[in-house]
Amino acid sequence: MLSSVVSVSGLRVDRGGREVLHGLTFDVPRGSVVGLLGPSGCGKTTLIRSVVGVQVVRSGSVTVLGRPAGSPGLRRLVGYSTQNPAIYKDLTVAENLRYFAAVLGAPHGDVDRVIDEVGLGINRHQVVATLSGGELSRASLAAALLGSPELLVLDEPTVGLDPVLRQELWELFHELADRGVTLIVSSHVMDEAARCGRLLLMRDGDILADDSPGGLRAATGTADLEAAFLHLIAERQEAHAS
Amino acid sequence: MNVRITLATTRRILSQLRHDHRTVGLLIGVPSLLMILLRYVIDNEIAFDRFGPMLLGIFPFIVMFIVTSVGTLRERTGGTLERLMTTPLGKLDLLLGYALAFGLLALVQVAVVATISMTWLGLDLAGPVWVLLLVAVLDALLGMALGLFASAFARTEFQAVQFMPAFVLPQALLCGIVVPHDQMATWLQWISNALPLTYAVEAMQQLAGNTDITVTLLRDTVVIAGSTILALTLGAATLRRRTP
Repeated sequence: MLSSVVSVSGLRVDRGGREVLHGLTFDVPRGSVVGLLGPSGCGKTTLIRSVVGVQVVRSGSVTVLGRPAGSPGLRRLVGYSTQNPAIYKDLTVAENLRYFAAVLGAPHGDVDRVIDEVGLGINRHQVVATLSGGELSRASLAAALLGSPELLVLDEPTVGLDPVLRQELWELFHELADRGVTLIVSSHVMDEAARCGRLLLMRDGDILADDSPGGLRAATGTADLEAAFLHLIAERQEAHAS
Repeated sequence: MNVRITLATTRRILSQLRHDHRTVGLLIGVPSLLMILLRYVIDNEIAFDRFGPMLLGIFPFIVMFIVTSVGTLRERTGGTLERLMTTPLGKLDLLLGYALAFGLLALVQVAVVATISMTWLGLDLAGPVWVLLLVAVLDALLGMALGLFASAFARTEFQAVQFMPAFVLPQALLCGIVVPHDQMATWLQWISNALPLTYAVEAMQQLAGNTDITVTLLRDTVVIAGSTILALTLGAATLRRRTP
């Protein structure tokens, strides 16, 4: 189906000698903001690495924009920001972004645009090693926004940010989605879930739910998403017990 | 392979060095200091003329081995390599980017040490200076290529630093500086013949003793360049887009 930007089917991945993803299947439609929620260690990062094509997978398929994940043709179309900020600590913010822009073949004005979008204007000429944790992760996020990616895969981009900045970044994510960019954003904080158009709730390498926040609340008969998550876990355990 | 990306990578590595004055100071200062020490420890002009050029070949080799093995390990563990592997950057772009940056650095390093040696320290080099620079830069690139390869087997910076003595000291023992090549036991000669640093040292000896470019010097240069390409190819094989 052309409207789905990411299509995952029966994805199994082993890490450190054990299976960490147990046959995941889901689709991500174009222009959506999908939240990948779940506790630390549930397999979010492994799934994200599989989508950007840097993870060795055991079986199953991951198709991105109609091509197998990691295909050379996708390398300009997928923006990726890792959980630990992956930028050069001994360069300034601008030097880092100029390098990644050159690698991506992004236009010259792009460096200024992304610095603006993540609100790092005053830190532009600051060496990355001297940035705070939140500034560091925003600098890393900025590198993922360079060029014109059709899919953005962001692993915990808002960790450690103050609420105002977090709000601004989520507004940016939705602006991007309105322009037709598809976003997969992981988080282990439940209060971020309400900001996503769709949620994938993960636990122990399985997807517990794949629904909109409203749909999830309605299906579980709960008022907030934290409670919905707990409800789903209890439901699954009952199913296992019986 | 893409020239724009390769040059951007070279520029990025040189910018990183520009922010790190102490490393650049050490890269240039330490070999100079060692050369000065050597001159006065030997305190014999004829012997210095023999050993000096050999060290001019070994310094850039050792220094670039360390800098590259730690630098590449940082790219691997810091996540920047994983990010780059999701971009249009080719493995060759990264390798050549490093080679260009460190080749330039080696050129500056050798130029400074050679100038000090040939003026203040009175080193007499029979052969042409540009060949000395060329061979020294090739030695640096060989060290870089081996460092890149070695970094694939290190998980921590502690391990990477330990690879320096492991990869370099056996070669330094067997390359003909400590004991001349023809005075070693036959089996040691065989091993020595298989190690690239032997040819680096022999090339420098040829330069020190002959005004012309000898056939041996030419052969040594080809062997050093060939070993560099081999090590770079092996190094490229250790850069994987997908990791477990």
